[in-house]
Amino acid sequence: MTVVDALPGVGRRLLAGPTDGRLDTHLARYGRPPRLDGAQLVGLLRDAGLTGRGGAGFPTWRKVEAVLGASGVPVVVGNGSEGEPASGKDRALMAYQPHLVLDGLQIVAGAVGARQAYLYVAGASAAGVGAALGARRGAGLDPVPVTVVVAPERFVAGEESAVVNAVEGRAAVPSDKRVRVTEAGVGGAPTLVQNVETLAHLALIARFGPHWFREAGTAEEPGTFLATVGGAVGVPGVVEAGYGVRLGDLVDAAGGPAERLQAVLVGGYHGGWVPALPELAVSRAGLAPYGASPGAGIVVALPVGVCGLVETARIAGYLAGEVAGQCGPCINGLPRLATTLTDLAHRRGRAGLGREVDAVREVERLSLLVSGRGACRHPDGSVRMIRSAMRTFAADVAAHLAGRCLAEEAR
Amino acid sequence: MSENRLHIDWTACDGRGLCAELLSEILVEDEWGYPLARDGAVEPAVPRALEKNAKRAVDRCPALALRLVNS
Ligand SMILES: Cc1cc2nc3c(=O)[nH]c(=O)nc-3n(C[C@H](O)[C@H](O)[C@H](O)COP(=O)(O)O)c2cc1C
Ligand code: SF4
Ligand code: SF4
Repeated sequence: MTVVDALPGVGRRLLAGPTDGRLDTHLARYGRPPRLDGAQLVGLLRDAGLTGRGGAGFPTWRKVEAVLGASGVPVVVGNGSEGEPASGKDRALMAYQPHLVLDGLQIVAGAVGARQAYLYVAGASAAGVGAALGARRGAGLDPVPVTVVVAPERFVAGEESAVVNAVEGRAAVPSDKRVRVTEAGVGGAPTLVQNVETLAHLALIARFGPHWFREAGTAEEPGTFLATVGGAVGVPGVVEAGYGVRLGDLVDAAGGPAERLQAVLVGGYHGGWVPALPELAVSRAGLAPYGASPGAGIVVALPVGVCGLVETARIAGYLAGEVAGQCGPCINGLPRLATTLTDLAHRRGRAGLGREVDAVREVERLSLLVSGRGACRHPDGSVRMIRSAMRTFAADVAAHLAGRCLAEEAR
Repeated sequence: MSENRLHIDWTACDGRGLCAELLSEILVEDEWGYPLARDGAVEPAVPRALEKNAKRAVDRCPALALRLVNS
């Protein structure tokens, strides 16, 4: 993912011109990171309305407040692992503006009184981040020491309890959630895990204030986000836009549709399929009617000649292969969902199920059966994507059950 | 006082279905042998009258996967 661009009129923020990791360029543009105490940071983040950019969209101030209220010396972890195959924005950000991420990590670590911070990154980012940290050490920019931990290339390795396990030197798989990581995470300490893009926004909010942050986006969903726009577009890449941006504008920023589009997967493999309507607002509010949300900013465009059910079955198969092998309903249920979808995609009735229409009921039954029954939200996210496909591709489902394929006919 | 709920640690549960036998008022076995709340809840509520049975299921779980939680 090398292409990086911002929509004109957004006011480029995270993508305000590359620093290529150079500390002097960064310092000339932004100066040294300000120091804030916990109450100041919570207040700024609440006024700004910053939400997590790692997928769940949780208000950042609430997590910071939870860590401040827990007992023990907190630990802060920047999450740049980006295990989602359709996403490239975190790696792009780390290459483009590593010091903004590292400033954010220092500001939040200082504010919560952490003595140790971690940056958990994809292998591709490790060398660049290491060099950036070296330059900062020379300039005395990092009062809280930062350790780089490389994430394995697995989908669930970026889930927050998996992040905690990886930082502790164990396998990067999720843990049971009886105790939240904000109460007891790394070494039993209250732990704040934030996506690296969230940290970069935080570094700008600390400098320019909540009012400035709210100049982009909508009143309910302020600020910009990084979108990874891929699939059938002219120039796949990373784009910065305010929440509420038109889907058509995002696609156009990535070179426009490469072919006529039928649908778009928004939010990635745990996201939702929506019709390719250019006027659709990419925000929680705009996507809610489709059971989707911007998530971590992934947008994958599907052309009319590619069957949405085949694509969904492929992704479901990938997700089933990425289960962490720990929780029975997930280990058993996701592969069953994937094979049922594959049968539907290839218009095969399942042996023993009788009429083909049962495949549709079987998808719904299995979806309900796996939801909420795992240590992490991997089954829930997978089901969200699958159920959105059954709605958005309802006409394809009907065609497949009648032995036809609309995508084939459109080619 | 709020009701207790039954928390299942899915990373520990090995799905032999013992709890569904001991606590059949609340749990059934799914098709793979894992406990499934009759009411579909992620953490099913344990009525006061079933508290003793629930505690027994927690104590007898061979994988130490069950807990009574209160919140
Ligand atoms: C299966 C799974 C995979 C995830 N992968 C990532 C990831 O690669 N990067 C990330 O930042 N968050 C990921 N998350 C979300 C994290 O659990 C966590 O919510 C996030 O890092 C918190 O940061 P934020 O509040 O700044 O978004 C994942 C969640 C799940 C359930
Ligand atoms: S729910 Fe699935 S992916 Fe998540 S920890 Fe359990 S087995 Fe792994
Ligand atoms: S008794 Fe324990 S290990 Fe057995 S199915 Fe119930 S929770 Fe799982």
